[in-house]
Amino acid sequence: MAYSEKVIDHYENPRNVGSFNKADLQIGTGMVGAPACGDVMKLQIKVNAEGVIEDAKFKTYGCGSAIASSSLLTEWVKGKTLEQAKQIKNTDIAAELELPPVKIHCSVLAEDAIRAAIEDYQSKQQG
Amino acid sequence: MSPAKAPIYLDYSATTPVDPRVAEKMMQYLTLDGVFGNPASRSHAFGWAAEEAIEEARAQVAALINADAKEIVWTSGATESNNLAIKGAAHFNERRGKHLITVKTEHKAVLDTCRQLEREGFEVTYLDPEPNGLLDLEKFKAAIRPDTTVVSVMHVNNEIGVIQDIKAIGEICRANKIVFHVDAAQSAGKVEIDLETMPVDLMSFSAHKVYGPKGIGALYVRRKPRVRIEAQIHGGGHERGMRSGTLPTHQIVGMGEAFRIAKLEMAAENERLRMLRDRLWQGLQDIDEVYLNGDLEQRIAGNLNISFNFVEGESLMMSLKNLALSSGSACTSASLEPSYVLRALGRSDELSHSSLRITFGRFSTIDDVDQALVSLHQAVNHLRELSPLWEMHQEGIDLSTVKWAAH
Repeated sequence: MAYSEKVIDHYENPRNVGSFNKADLQIGTGMVGAPACGDVMKLQIKVNAEGVIEDAKFKTYGCGSAIASSSLLTEWVKGKTLEQAKQIKNTDIAAELELPPVKIHCSVLAEDAIRAAIEDYQSKQQG
Repeated sequence: MSPAKAPIYLDYSATTPVDPRVAEKMMQYLTLDGVFGNPASRSHAFGWAAEEAIEEARAQVAALINADAKEIVWTSGATESNNLAIKGAAHFNERRGKHLITVKTEHKAVLDTCRQLEREGFEVTYLDPEPNGLLDLEKFKAAIRPDTTVVSVMHVNNEIGVIQDIKAIGEICRANKIVFHVDAAQSAGKVEIDLETMPVDLMSFSAHKVYGPKGIGALYVRRKPRVRIEAQIHGGGHERGMRSGTLPTHQIVGMGEAFRIAKLEMAAENERLRMLRDRLWQGLQDIDEVYLNGDLEQRIAGNLNISFNFVEGESLMMSLKNLALSSGSACTSASLEPSYVLRALGRSDELSHSSLRITFGRFSTIDDVDQALVSLHQAVNHLRELSPLWEMHQEGIDLSTVKWAAH
């Protein structure tokens, strides 16, 4: 499998690896995928009072493309409002990383992860 | 490949380089000044010389497995041998019955051949091995039916390197008048094979797993008691009608020389390979959650198949660019397909996904092992840093209790 240089760069130097405290009200956590399928992505966002994502962290179990997709996503969501972050499409991720067709599902998983993190954050604010 | 750039070769079960002594000999059977004749040419010295070389090689192959040279049939490799043996015996015995037995961890050359026979109206039982990869003889006996005509069980598994008890399985087949075929592609030159004492009827061999050339193999066909098979390739009636086609003298001479060397050096080589294998396995013991796949004792010396929990196989391979090895996981489509061999052992999908097969051989060195250890430690640490599953494991969460949102 030939990976694009961008995938290799994110794989070798992943950005924003780590975890926030899940219980913190400022934090939204999205965990998607399943070990049996070969990939699990955990994406966390830290949202400030203005509704802007000021920080993001991830951990991913999966192939190089899955790791790169989530790493790229953390870079993209920083500084965006929740509404703007919701607009990120899997096709944007796939295009940026030049993912081959068999790896498109990695970018789909990343899109699912940001949506799940936003939902988690919003449900916490209501609770 | 230039030595500076080439990764360390740790995939000897996939194929082996040709031993220089073998290559040297093969070159004498190609050109005008060498023995280039058609061994089937009976009318001149070129043919006679080639035939003599073929018969010497036949005796060399037979010597490694303690068989008679007349019991060796040349083929293009173990895949063809498996096809010829299983289809040939099933078809020949069709009137007696149409049931075969094999094991789920067999090589595709056996499994796909059985599938083809199923399409032709045969019935096949695919047995599950035990979690250590070995066949339970009682379960095997229970699968035998009055119409069972052929059993095919591999000697050494290509992925996990476990050694089946061929003698015991063969005795059960004998008692039930069943033709017994053994795929020995991964065992020749690595495990003692004595066909005087092993009740095997048909046995498949390959040259390129034993430092011989690719494209040549053999099928052992027992003469006492005589085993009959139907030919699959028809032509000039070569190989006593069992396999037609002009014999590739240089390939055959290469296989003969490779098997001759294997007989001489097998014992010493196994000791060295076991030392390398154990050094690697010992060196990995400081990594948490590393599992060995398949039995450690009933196993060839040069094989290590391991799984690193909470690390995905393809990304692991990506981190091990300096090592040439095999992964059990083939993530080439949206639906990942973990190794069917590990699955048949009952390994979880996660562990099947993260498996690596490391196989050592004649040209492996201690330095190769030590470099592999450094790379494996780095790769596993890097990926576990990144792994949410590892984090959950560290927090004491039992992953089997988590409800995953499968996609």
